[in-house]
Amino acid sequence: MTDILTLLDATLRLSTPLLLACLAGLFSERAGIFDIGLEGKMLVAAFLSAAFAAMTGNVWIGLLAGIGGSLILSAIHGLASITFRGNQLISGVAINFLASGITVLMAQAWFQQGGRTPSLTGNGRFDAITLPFANALAGVPVIGPIYSEVISGQTILVYVALAFVPLSWWVLFQTRFGLRLRAVGENPAAVDTAGVSVVGLRFAAVAICGVLCGVAGAYLSTGLQAGFVKEMTAGRGYIALAALIFAKWRPWYALYACLLFGFLQAFALRPDLIERWLHFKVQTQLLDVMPYILTIIILAGFVGKAIPPRAGGEPYVKER
Amino acid sequence: MTLIQKFLGASAVLALSAGAALADPAIIFDLGGKFDKSFNEAAFNGAQRWATETGGTFAETELQSDAQREQALRRFAEAGNNPIVMAGFSFATALTDVAADYPDTKFEIIDMVVDAPNVTSVVFNEHEGSYLVGLMAGMASKSGTVGFVGGMDIPLIRKFGCGYAQGVMAANPNAKVIANMTGTTPAAWNDPVKGSELTLAQISQGADVVYAAAGGTGVGVLQTAADKGILSIGVDSNQNYMHPGQVLTSMMKRVDNAVYEAFKAGDALVPGINVMGVANGGVSVAMDDNNKALITPEMQAAVDAASAAIADGSLVVHDYTTDETCPALTF
Repeated sequence: MTDILTLLDATLRLSTPLLLACLAGLFSERAGIFDIGLEGKMLVAAFLSAAFAAMTGNVWIGLLAGIGGSLILSAIHGLASITFRGNQLISGVAINFLASGITVLMAQAWFQQGGRTPSLTGNGRFDAITLPFANALAGVPVIGPIYSEVISGQTILVYVALAFVPLSWWVLFQTRFGLRLRAVGENPAAVDTAGVSVVGLRFAAVAICGVLCGVAGAYLSTGLQAGFVKEMTAGRGYIALAALIFAKWRPWYALYACLLFGFLQAFALRPDLIERWLHFKVQTQLLDVMPYILTIIILAGFVGKAIPPRAGGEPYVKER
Repeated sequence: MTLIQKFLGASAVLALSAGAALADPAIIFDLGGKFDKSFNEAAFNGAQRWATETGGTFAETELQSDAQREQALRRFAEAGNNPIVMAGFSFATALTDVAADYPDTKFEIIDMVVDAPNVTSVVFNEHEGSYLVGLMAGMASKSGTVGFVGGMDIPLIRKFGCGYAQGVMAANPNAKVIANMTGTTPAAWNDPVKGSELTLAQISQGADVVYAAAGGTGVGVLQTAADKGILSIGVDSNQNYMHPGQVLTSMMKRVDNAVYEAFKAGDALVPGINVMGVANGGVSVAMDDNNKALITPEMQAAVDAASAAIADGSLVVHDYTTDETCPALTF
């Protein structure tokens, strides 16, 4: 039982950055802007939040700095792909390269610790919070331990990430803004005919993407870790993209996909459990590639169909 | 002689004289980066020490991708740098090609053997150093379960893990060693988040001492160990200072000594294989003020006894890379 709980605990921790990045990509791609720069934005946010948290000793200032840095990259992506109608994929790749280089450069210039930030202590980190009644409910069978050990005792950004799921669903599917945002990803010409600014909507979507990536990056360096290490995102932005396809560009499915991918990552950490439960040895590498394999299966159309927003990847050119 | 030939000749003369003037040594750091607080940084410190002591200058570069290895080597060789030191086993393929083209240049590769008349190969007996820290881990562990977090799953890292497990078993034959690798790609050297999660997973299996041989990933391992109140063991450089009082010790590879000696020898660098082990101070355990309180007299005595036994050959630690098996641990 404790094994299952620690497994679920790790699942939640590992899913959170994926979920935030996945929702970030969801907003951007629903508005017709492909974004493979999620990785780069997370990396810059991870660096800036750790750097500012280290300098000010306040993790909230760090979080704001991380979001700010991510928003700047979003603005660059928006400028390149919306205003100047450049290729969205190339812009995204450029952002990843830029982030990979500039974080190490700035970290070295500021802290002289070889491209990392000083270790964060005290208020420079997000602490685990104990939810109300966690101790009181711990004795209740099944639900009690899950509530007190898995759901309670995470950092606040985990709950923020989970709260973003219904919020994203509400914004995208229950508000006028969401309807227009989705329309701009399907048929921007129609939106333009209705007198709504395509450029404005797309920039709004890209900005939301920037904020969410900022939170994801801050969670990595100030929630999960106590400082920034170069390339610490380690491909999580790409797994989030895979999760986005797996979730077929829908918020609730994004939650399930990220939890599944997080669970696979957490399970790969415990080869002993795999052997005990399944009674044969599974290579952990196999679990590590499962997100990609599952995504390919979905893309190939074996299980359902993943249809991206129709105007995705195409810059909008107004008819004259 | 046409004009172009004259120009070519003149530039060739220029290039040659420039090369003669520039007999500075050069060092190429691996992908981990010069300031990785670990392997590459140790190499840099050795070069730096040579520069301060002799007042000389050296050329250096940090690689950004695997594709640059041969290019960087050739550039330094063309520029006349001598000797050229490479920090990292990954240079082997590139060096095999390049060394033959520049027979008058001396090369030194660390952590790998390249058989060429102008190449010095420095290898470390990491299994011996890991044995010593394993011995300490086995004695420091109260639960009888200790952990090992490796970086990229390669024979070299298994060599660390295997030596460590043998040390643990020597201290406590009933001990359990949990070994995990971070990944199979170079990203595994810089994934502190996964390092943390692996440490937590090992703690939940009862581990109370964790040895990280994982580059930047180790930062996460040491951090989580400190947060959760268990002991950790650093690698390559002395990492005791990172969490004073919570890092049991560090397995130091004296890469700095290797680089320093090579730079000092200059053109007179002797080709061949140079094995740095416990016997000649090539690997050792870090003892300083930060971990003084953690080291019991028995531990110190055991380490000293084992070091002496390894040095005089009466204790042989099995090297994983010789036959790809490990008597104390299955990967």
